Amino acid sequence: MDMSQPAKANPLDQNLGGLMGKPIDRVDGRLKVTGQAPYAYEVREGAKPAYGYLLESSVAKGRIASIDASDAERSPGVVMVMTYKNAPKQAPFGPIDTSDRFARSKPQLGDDGIQYYGEPVAFIVAESFEQARAAAKLVMVGYAQERGEFELKPGMAKAVIPKSEGDRAPDSSLGNFDHAFAAAPVKVDVTYTTPVYIHAQMEPHASLAYWKDDRVHIHCSAQLLESAQKCVANTLQISPNKVRIVSRYVGGGFGGKLPIYGDTLLAAMASRQLNRPVKTALTRQQMFHITTHRSNTVQHVQLGAGRDGVLSAIGHEAWSHSARFDNFYESCAHQTRTLYAAPHRKTQHRSVRLDLPVSDSTRGPGEAVGMLALECAMDELAHQLGMDPIELRVRNEPAQDPEKNIPYSTRQLVACMKEGARRFGWNMRAASPAQRREGRWLVGMGMAAASRGNLLRPSKCSVRLDGRGVLTAKMSMTDIGTGSYTVFSQIAAEMLGVDVENVSMQLGDSDFPPTAGSGGSFGAASAGSALFDACNNLRLKLAEAAAMDVSEAVFSGGQISAGGQSRSLAAVAGVLGMEADGEIKPGDMEKKFSQQAYGAHFAEVAVDMDSGEVRLRRMLGVFAAGRILNTKTATSQVLGGMIWGVGNALHEDAVIDPRFGFFVNHDLAEYHVPVHADIPAIEAIFLPEVDDKTNPLKIKGVGELGISGAGAAVANAVFNACGVRIRDYPLTLDKIIAALPAAA
Amino acid sequence: MKAFTYERATTPEAAAQAVAARPGAKFIAGGTNLLDLMKLQIEKPLHLVDVNRLGLAGIEDTSGGGLRIGAMVRNSDLAADVRVRQRYPVLARALLSGATGQLRNMATTGGNLLQRTRCYYFYDTSKPCNKREAGAGCSAIGGFNRIHAVVGASEQCIAVHPSDMAVAMRVLDAGVATVMPNGARRIIPIAEFHRLPGNTPQVENALQASEFITHVDLPPPPPGVQVYRKVRDRASYAFALVSVAVIVDSQGGALRSARMAFGGLAPKPWRVPEAEALLVGSTLDANKAVEVGNAVFRDATVRGHNDFKVALTRRVLGNVLVQASQPARG
Repeated sequence: MDMSQPAKANPLDQNLGGLMGKPIDRVDGRLKVTGQAPYAYEVREGAKPAYGYLLESSVAKGRIASIDASDAERSPGVVMVMTYKNAPKQAPFGPIDTSDRFARSKPQLGDDGIQYYGEPVAFIVAESFEQARAAAKLVMVGYAQERGEFELKPGMAKAVIPKSEGDRAPDSSLGNFDHAFAAAPVKVDVTYTTPVYIHAQMEPHASLAYWKDDRVHIHCSAQLLESAQKCVANTLQISPNKVRIVSRYVGGGFGGKLPIYGDTLLAAMASRQLNRPVKTALTRQQMFHITTHRSNTVQHVQLGAGRDGVLSAIGHEAWSHSARFDNFYESCAHQTRTLYAAPHRKTQHRSVRLDLPVSDSTRGPGEAVGMLALECAMDELAHQLGMDPIELRVRNEPAQDPEKNIPYSTRQLVACMKEGARRFGWNMRAASPAQRREGRWLVGMGMAAASRGNLLRPSKCSVRLDGRGVLTAKMSMTDIGTGSYTVFSQIAAEMLGVDVENVSMQLGDSDFPPTAGSGGSFGAASAGSALFDACNNLRLKLAEAAAMDVSEAVFSGGQISAGGQSRSLAAVAGVLGMEADGEIKPGDMEKKFSQQAYGAHFAEVAVDMDSGEVRLRRMLGVFAAGRILNTKTATSQVLGGMIWGVGNALHEDAVIDPRFGFFVNHDLAEYHVPVHADIPAIEAIFLPEVDDKTNPLKIKGVGELGISGAGAAVANAVFNACGVRIRDYPLTLDKIIAALPAAA
Repeated sequence: MKAFTYERATTPEAAAQAVAARPGAKFIAGGTNLLDLMKLQIEKPLHLVDVNRLGLAGIEDTSGGGLRIGAMVRNSDLAADVRVRQRYPVLARALLSGATGQLRNMATTGGNLLQRTRCYYFYDTSKPCNKREAGAGCSAIGGFNRIHAVVGASEQCIAVHPSDMAVAMRVLDAGVATVMPNGARRIIPIAEFHRLPGNTPQVENALQASEFITHVDLPPPPPGVQVYRKVRDRASYAFALVSVAVIVDSQGGALRSARMAFGGLAPKPWRVPEAEALLVGSTLDANKAVEVGNAVFRDATVRGHNDFKVALTRRVLGNVLVQASQPARG
């Protein structure tokens, strides 16, 4: 099926089993907490594995002048040291312009060139991980170092215009922005910067590879199995059907597992040469450089408004970096194109090629940092106008998408703000900053809007009902901690009228029907719709086999009933079982309707008037994101996003040392993410919504909605608390005290 | 991690002898710092002597009204001890502000004194560091030095000592009791225990080779109110940007005695006797706070990213002194 028409009424609307939205526990929760859900590094298959360790380049640019692995090769337990001198032949990197950048060939140890700090220069394989790591210290590498460029601001003069991504062009304009902005009675003209952020997945990237019958089987931690399969095939120059990728459990992806890395490719190559399984994992420190990160950004936001707060001009220019050999950019201003009304508009993205490690998607690419700028600029405008920030946003609520000139599928931003204001006690917020003091703490509130584009991607699914009444569904889709296993079990159970316990949800294997995988918040919608279609087709087959009219048939309690007759589904399926396939394709709905999920964040912070320490006191997010499949897993997702927002606003900062081209604080002791004590009270709720333009499930993605705008609400609360506006994230105390009055 | 051998010692003397007997041997207690350093090959012991079962996990009252803390008392046990909580609250609070519950359950009193700096460049063996390799150079000087020292450092090393516990012990004038392989025992005053880097930043303390910490002695608590204030980048599980331990005895607004120790500012827990002397007999006001701050930072050298530590300390210290000089502070 495709989405060329709005979704029709369907069994999920009826919700006879009551499973839609039901906050059931994760179906894989017990396995995970009892250690029975094997993550890639824990998988044991085939012979005893050898263990690989990646040696990173300690320079950022240049070439390997000399490399001597002889001591390492003689080190205890070592079975192989692979360098560019003896690595198997691989396809060159690329192609640079491609519809699937995660399927590109990514040669490892391909030549003597060094393109970024941490790039693998050797792969040491030994009988144990410890032996491999110890031997890595014995590989002597001499570098011919070249001068690199690592800093965004100095590089802006040489920025390039990035290529369009599908129908998303890097620039947009409407009306005459320059004229309208110049003429506006009230102006905000500010530049915000955000630092490099990392994904910090709980599970480090890991791979186990082994070859069997000339086919490589790879257990790894990946979000997109088809892309990973193609990446291995393209790099090793073999057919994709000679590659099987398995990622049954993934301990966090956040975009950092959209690509695969040297751990996977080198394990595959070494396993082939050694004719035994090879297992490897990145260390926490290695993840900072070997895997991707979110680019730092410079963002220039210009808002022009009348004294009534009505915007006449919105401008948002953003600069981000891309690895010199890549073409990524951070799409900071994409939500700016759709969030508020204004007749005159301009957005622009520029990419600065640097010799840093590879930047790529990180949870909420674009809006996560774009909203840190836009939503604070809106707060600055509200302050200038002496207007409540919610009222300002209400006054700029567009009737339709202002740049696409099409209606919104659903849009409840105003409802989210109003409900949030009521629940949070927004009326207690002081209209002007630095008014509320509790002991040595200055206390304030802030809010920001959340907006995240909704996507649908082609996916397939197969389902089978067996003679015991157990429904098995198979898809290459992954569960990266989001709850895929759980919400898909609920969809299947609701569609067929069986218990969740009678659904066997099989995910995470590239041998299963292909899906879009997990990414872009499109996972549940895409794979879930394919599953829906398969279940719908199975309903047809079952009704036909039971000689019942499917339009009258009721699927409930493991029975199919119509015309006063009931039969058990198990009996109808019979000993041979019954199978059906399903498929979803995007259609015109995404062109005819502007599709976003919305929300509103509210934060209360306290700022220590002596130290400038900022501590979150409480936070609320109110969201409208279509039908919610499981309020527990969806809430967990948006809470996680909100907590990222707190980290982005207050803590996280991967610092570049321009002498070395590396991230100085490359461990979790000094790259600070929020800990429990930083998140004392946080709550998220969803407003009722059903969106029939998005997909047959009538859902929208939630994985990246929570982070959108969250940090801006925190930063706005800091301003309200102490009157200090920091435009250089994160808002650390050194920046705060520089602007606070002398301690009293 | 390099391969190593392991043994478990049964007495403090035997532990010291075991380390003395093997080149490249080190003591291991909680392992919360050493194991991390071994994984990165910053520490490369060939042999580990486990000192966890030496009967040093107790806290005893001393005849003079102080406490003798066994070197293997875990941070969480020390912080929870009722005598520590009642008589040395500055120590209990310092301990609880450090690390996490899991780490405090393993980390020991002796090991905490020996934990090594969190300087980013010390932790990356591909970068020059005089502390790791004498004469290699210091990458933090001229690098990102936001967490680095503003007093007590040298042109060879600007790393800070990361311990909270040691700052409280410094303000309490603790003594570090040790035993040598030959059974000789001595007590090293905490003020002399940690060494400034000078031209030998690899030498971090006064311990001789194979000398083993058995106890930490706390003298009777000095009169006055004890406060520990730690400033950090997040609410928990972060090292101090600056920490301040003070003990102030005041009456009617006048200070009879005052002690101040600082963490996060220097390569060791830092005290400035001249600054403390300024407070004795004085009444606290804004001018006095400025004067004391001036004394603390008389010899400060800031390096760009860490400039804020001076202003931060001055702001926080002023308030902490006021807090400690008010009666009935719990």
